Amino acid sequence: MNILEADGEKLLAAVRELLTAKGLVSNVEIRDRIAVTDAANPGQGARMVAKAWADPVYRTLMLADGTKAAEELGIPMRGAPPLGVLENTAEVHNLVVCTLCSCYPRAVLGYPPFWYKSAAYRARAVRDPRGLLAEWGTMLPDGVKIRVVDSTADYRWMVLPRRPAGTEAWREDQLAAIVREGDMIGVTIPSLPAR
Amino acid sequence: MPAFAPGAHVRVRDDWPETRGRVHIRTPHYVRGMRGTVVRCFGAFPNPEDLAFARPATRRPLYHVAFDQPAVWQEGKAGDELLVEIYEHWLEPA
Repeated sequence: MNILEADGEKLLAAVRELLTAKGLVSNVEIRDRIAVTDAANPGQGARMVAKAWADPVYRTLMLADGTKAAEELGIPMRGAPPLGVLENTAEVHNLVVCTLCSCYPRAVLGYPPFWYKSAAYRARAVRDPRGLLAEWGTMLPDGVKIRVVDSTADYRWMVLPRRPAGTEAWREDQLAAIVREGDMIGVTIPSLPAR
Repeated sequence: MPAFAPGAHVRVRDDWPETRGRVHIRTPHYVRGMRGTVVRCFGAFPNPEDLAFARPATRRPLYHVAFDQPAVWQEGKAGDELLVEIYEHWLEPA
């Protein structure tokens, strides 16, 4: 039987049994890992972004070592691929894609949105990034270049967006509340809620 | 020791191992044969081309390589770029 045609649930159960029977992992470890994966969500990345906006020392750490910066906020990173953080500036806007599959910084953003895995997004992000951003309604100021980051190997990437004007007096929790999943992938940029 | 320093001009090998048999390749098609610039080396990681088949995997230096986006696709806006993680054995000096 071709493994690609196997029933997914049965295959998973068989692999789990083999892994535990061989003593490679315990059922407790598998359960804990599933719990960590399920608990991850874009709110974790948003807390990192908000802290980086409010605290220059944390921003420097986050840009140098995303994994350490996540751990500093209590986000579990053990076993996760190294995390890199890409800073949007007045000169460059970052857009993250995985053209080969669906590599995504799950530890800090949770499960990827459905469109992130679509063939259309993966193809167009590298070939027509400006057309793609236009469809998201994302308008970049003139003179901002786009850097498309294709997540092809061992790192996972998230975007540190620019802090919107008008938030200078905001607390970190208020800042975190306006940072969306798409802002940390680069398809959108944070905006203030309509009054 | 990584073979390429930041700023080095490189070309991605114009090689298509998938035409010769079963492989697992982390070098996207669209950069094969393209010229780029090394931005940084991340250190060495086990070669996924071996890991995928449970073979002993040599650690290979991994780089961030920047490519001119319009040059790769023959369309797009001047100045836009692509940044791709590529293992050293896929790169040659350019």
